[in-house]
Amino acid sequence: MPADMNPPISNAVAAAPLVPPSPMAELWRDFRLNRGAVAGLVLVITFLLLAILAGVISPHSPIEQYRDAILVPPAWEDGGSTKFLLGTDAVGRDMLSRLIHGTRLSLAIGLVSVGLSLSLGILLGLLAAWRGGKTDTAVMRMMDVLLALPSLLLAVAVIAILGPGLANAMYAIAIVMLPAFVRLTRATALGELQKDYVIASRIAGAGPLRLMCSTVLPNCVAPLIVQATLGFSTAILDAAALGFLGLGAQPPTPEWGSMLSGALEFIQSAWWVVSLPGFAILLAVLAFNLMGDGLRDALDPKLKR
Amino acid sequence: MITFILRRLAVVIPTFIGITLLVFALIRLIPGDPVEAMSGERGMEPERYAALIAQYGLDRPLPVQYVDYVAKAARGDLGRSIVTHEPVLREFLDRFPATLELSLCAIVFALCLGIPAGIIAALRRNTVVDYSVMGVSLTGYSMPIFWWALLLILFFSVHLGWTPVSGRLAIEYDPARVTGMMLIDTLLSDDEGAFLSALSHLILPTIALGTIPLATLARMTRSAMLEVLGEDYVRAARARGLSPLRVVVRHALRNALIPVITVIGLQVGTLLAGAILTETIFSWPGIGKWMVEAIHRRDYPVVQGGILMSATLVILVNLIVDLLYGAANPRIRHAR
Repeated sequence: MPADMNPPISNAVAAAPLVPPSPMAELWRDFRLNRGAVAGLVLVITFLLLAILAGVISPHSPIEQYRDAILVPPAWEDGGSTKFLLGTDAVGRDMLSRLIHGTRLSLAIGLVSVGLSLSLGILLGLLAAWRGGKTDTAVMRMMDVLLALPSLLLAVAVIAILGPGLANAMYAIAIVMLPAFVRLTRATALGELQKDYVIASRIAGAGPLRLMCSTVLPNCVAPLIVQATLGFSTAILDAAALGFLGLGAQPPTPEWGSMLSGALEFIQSAWWVVSLPGFAILLAVLAFNLMGDGLRDALDPKLKR
Repeated sequence: MITFILRRLAVVIPTFIGITLLVFALIRLIPGDPVEAMSGERGMEPERYAALIAQYGLDRPLPVQYVDYVAKAARGDLGRSIVTHEPVLREFLDRFPATLELSLCAIVFALCLGIPAGIIAALRRNTVVDYSVMGVSLTGYSMPIFWWALLLILFFSVHLGWTPVSGRLAIEYDPARVTGMMLIDTLLSDDEGAFLSALSHLILPTIALGTIPLATLARMTRSAMLEVLGEDYVRAARARGLSPLRVVVRHALRNALIPVITVIGLQVGTLLAGAILTETIFSWPGIGKWMVEAIHRRDYPVVQGGILMSATLVILVNLIVDLLYGAANPRIRHAR
């Protein structure tokens, strides 16, 4: 109706304070106040753009070896050239292009391992919360076993079984992060199951699948979002560590960690080979940690002022 | 207290059984079987293959093999390395003191800097001091420690030439092995030069390994302090006119440190995981480097033994921390 679509201005002003802000708007309002979190978000968006546009903006192929340009320093150093802005590595590959393509890999690693871990974690967590009893005990004891192994050690153990490689590293990291998602889902779901609206839904005849997935789960989402964001930083860090140890991405894949794995021998001669990939890892991990912390503060009503 | 101990054990024992199952499964889950893995890519004659299968008992049912594995492990027999043919347990015990020494130094480093930093940040809440401490600790927490170690080497060893790049001791020294911990052994050998050499070799690995625990401890101490400083008994102590120092140290800090102790226990896992990277970079002859090499050489008994021993260590330390925590805090002891 045209009249409804174009209400008089005075009405809109009077009605505005009465309308509660949408959850997203409220989240953004709280999130925006945290300067670190906004910086993290900006960094994450930058990394995302770099990853998406990697093929377009990188000046060279990440794996092409310029045999006549080995260990060329960055453009602003003596002997550097504008052809290779951040210099080249020991076999003459352009550092800048490798770093940009590394962004794509690291975000993909984060996406795949967090995605796998989160979906399996939600499934197991809901199952444990809903069934309780023996199922609950069995699931939680399994998670205790995984938690008893130090994170990187567990990833290394999984790699020992599956063999080194980028895909296997992602599975390994997904398994490492699994206990956090299972415990979190179970704990929040158990809290929600006590509440009246769930009982009401049960009385209304909702089956277990509907009860858990469309009644309980949406109310468990907030902490899971925070955990998933922080999971990205764990995934990027652990994948880089595995790559560094030669157990993750294999050469010539331009993964940040594996770019560092042979770097120790150039520590005296070529600082850019040693420092740049690590700086990229640090920035990416920091960005997701800042964003995760900001989201937690904005989503947790207990911390709200 | 006894029911509390029993209840903790009831959780720990299934976890431990789970670990042995996982480690046992590890060698059965790899493509092919253990004997094939041992023979490598060269392959072997069918007779020898059958003999080895029988020798390792791989022709028996899996449950029998598992019970056999656990029984042997309980007696300290973790098998032999495929590469060196040494018993895995002996190799582990040879290298463990190096990792222990490094980890102890790292945790002491983290405690000495992290707790004061956290306290100062809490007392100067929302000031530049607080923001810088928290900013630095978040950066430390996000630091890829293998890169951090490389930067430390680049600056302190290569640029300034202050510290050695790798290893535990300069080659001219050879102290008698007593504890396996270089600092103590060189002290016992009464050679000042050797002790200083051991110390200088420890500095960079300690900083590299201690950074993440340091950042975690600073953050935890800050939030624990903030919580305690808001409590009524702290306000009461202030109201009674006690000096600010006394309020902070005697009333706030003692209570704030209780959760911090649990966090220290949890750092065992962080330290063992970090040791894998730190030891690889600094050629530190500990269990982390040993395990990475074993994976590259496909030395499965060593991988199995290393994982079993590390997990046991983590479980034991956390159990001890839990029990101490329960002993100190009746509320924990009597919670369901």
